[in-house]
Amino acid sequence: MSYSLPSFLVVSSLLFCLGMYTVLTRRNAIGILMGIELVLNGAGLNFVAFSRFLEPSQTTNLLSGQVFTLFIIAVAAAEVAVALAIVLSLYSRMKTIDVEEFKQLQG
Amino acid sequence: MIPEEFIRSNLEGISFIAPEIILTLAILLILLVGVVLPYWRYRLLFTVLALAGLAGSLLPLWKLPQPAPDLTYLSKLFVWDWLTFFSKPFFALVGVFTILLTQVTGEIDNSEYSECTILVLAVTMGMMLLVASTDLLMIFLAFETMGILSYLLVGIRARDERSGEAALKYVLYGAFTSGTMLFGFSLLFGLAGSTDLSEISRQVVLASQHSQDRLLLIVAILFFMAGLLFKTASFPFHFWCPDVYEGAPTPITAFLSVGPKAAGFVLFIRLFYPLFALGPETGAYQAISGLEWPSILALVSAITMTLGNLAAMHQNNLKRLLAYSSIAHAGYLLMGIVALSDLGLRSVVFYLVVYLFMNLGAFGVVTMVATAGGSEDIESYRGLGTRAPYVCVAMAIFLFSLVGLPPFAGFVGKVYLFAAVISQKIYWLAVVAALNTVISLYYYLRIVKAMFLEKPTEAIQIQVPLSSQALLLALLVPTLGLGIYWQPLARVVSRMF
Repeated sequence: MSYSLPSFLVVSSLLFCLGMYTVLTRRNAIGILMGIELVLNGAGLNFVAFSRFLEPSQTTNLLSGQVFTLFIIAVAAAEVAVALAIVLSLYSRMKTIDVEEFKQLQG
Repeated sequence: MIPEEFIRSNLEGISFIAPEIILTLAILLILLVGVVLPYWRYRLLFTVLALAGLAGSLLPLWKLPQPAPDLTYLSKLFVWDWLTFFSKPFFALVGVFTILLTQVTGEIDNSEYSECTILVLAVTMGMMLLVASTDLLMIFLAFETMGILSYLLVGIRARDERSGEAALKYVLYGAFTSGTMLFGFSLLFGLAGSTDLSEISRQVVLASQHSQDRLLLIVAILFFMAGLLFKTASFPFHFWCPDVYEGAPTPITAFLSVGPKAAGFVLFIRLFYPLFALGPETGAYQAISGLEWPSILALVSAITMTLGNLAAMHQNNLKRLLAYSSIAHAGYLLMGIVALSDLGLRSVVFYLVVYLFMNLGAFGVVTMVATAGGSEDIESYRGLGTRAPYVCVAMAIFLFSLVGLPPFAGFVGKVYLFAAVISQKIYWLAVVAALNTVISLYYYLRIVKAMFLEKPTEAIQIQVPLSSQALLLALLVPTLGLGIYWQPLARVVSRMF
């Protein structure tokens, strides 16, 4: 069985929508981070799928899509590392990672 | 076999990123010094190293060739035009003032100071790279360099819960919006089969004639806007702004309100104009038919400034008030983007330069008063005019300039922005902006009134050290000077577009 470009795009759009849904509904900071990961991976899947299936021509450089995905993975790791460090330092003081408990800054 | 020509052109291209390389070396040096020496004792040393790095990064600029609109380097990753050229001293200046502000006010402990200088330098480097990028990959990497490190900067006061909360809100909002923008990038890559902006712009013109592809383009534009409107703190992605600005250490707040905001606006110019607009023909651009992004942005601009100004009216914390004022200014600046003309782009860049001085000045006064025995509340500004007249006069000038009253620099900047939208016959936006200026007068004057017309509630002694006063002077001179003699800056800006 062979797969075509639209099936990949459907999966990546689903990943994006699920990620967005997670970000908007979760109250747990780690849960929101997982949603963000889904959004980033949806974009990464798009890049790989496009660079695999698009017709190469003179002006296009389709390998750059796969390279882009490698960069996305690295950047996502850095982003999550920073976010987890912030969550950890907050948890050690507040004993919670529920984002709705953080309401010192309001007004 | 790699062609020799390719290697040579890339080796030549490295000289164009010499400013960023020098900044990186400075970062490594500070890191090394911080490990070797007892970092909590040598505050001044880190300041000197960071300032030397920022100043050193500008030295190669005089050796490099004359900028040209189509002079690309490093396999078309970057462009060397006048906008790139002048953005480097601009961002270096933002970095210099931020580091001086942290140095003189002591709001950041010595134990965190070396990391703070490193992060400020690194974000500055990210911004310099971002405005030069003409490739989706490079834009993404520079955007994240700027973003991820500024999340850390906000949370740098490890023992302060408010700083941590601000950092968490910033990182969650920021990572999500940049992920959304990245998804937009991936759609555009699928459409054009390339990450190079000049190639993409060719494909976009072709694609906009098919209704299916046009839909894809509209989705991509909306996703781009998510990332950019977040960085510039505009509606509907402005929610983080007041919380983050209040929770972050004030010098960092000042940095964020000028640096990444400016970078966001330059990215607007870099992405939207070449990709989704045609021109310039006799100084005016035209949105590609079927992609009505200027009208969306015009609406966003009007809502942003109104919302920012209305919310600022009943704020009692000065940092929060200035945060809402910075949201309102994002709205004013968007007017220049909406105008779709060279005049509009010039006015954006002009206003950003002016905004650098007056906004850093206003936040500078806030942090100086707060660390000299007062607080960030408007209460502690009551009757401050008699106890610290110099600081208060300076604050009044920065605030009047933010309103846009003559003869201060903000007035000239606003005149340019208004001229840009009026010359494009977008009268309703100009009317909204004029009404907003009147509203903003109310809350800025509230601070001035508290300082000069009210009696102090308690006798707090405010002693602002000489170094802080000197720094204020350095920000005051351009705020006043550019209000009276702005032609040199206008001439520089008019070379860019």
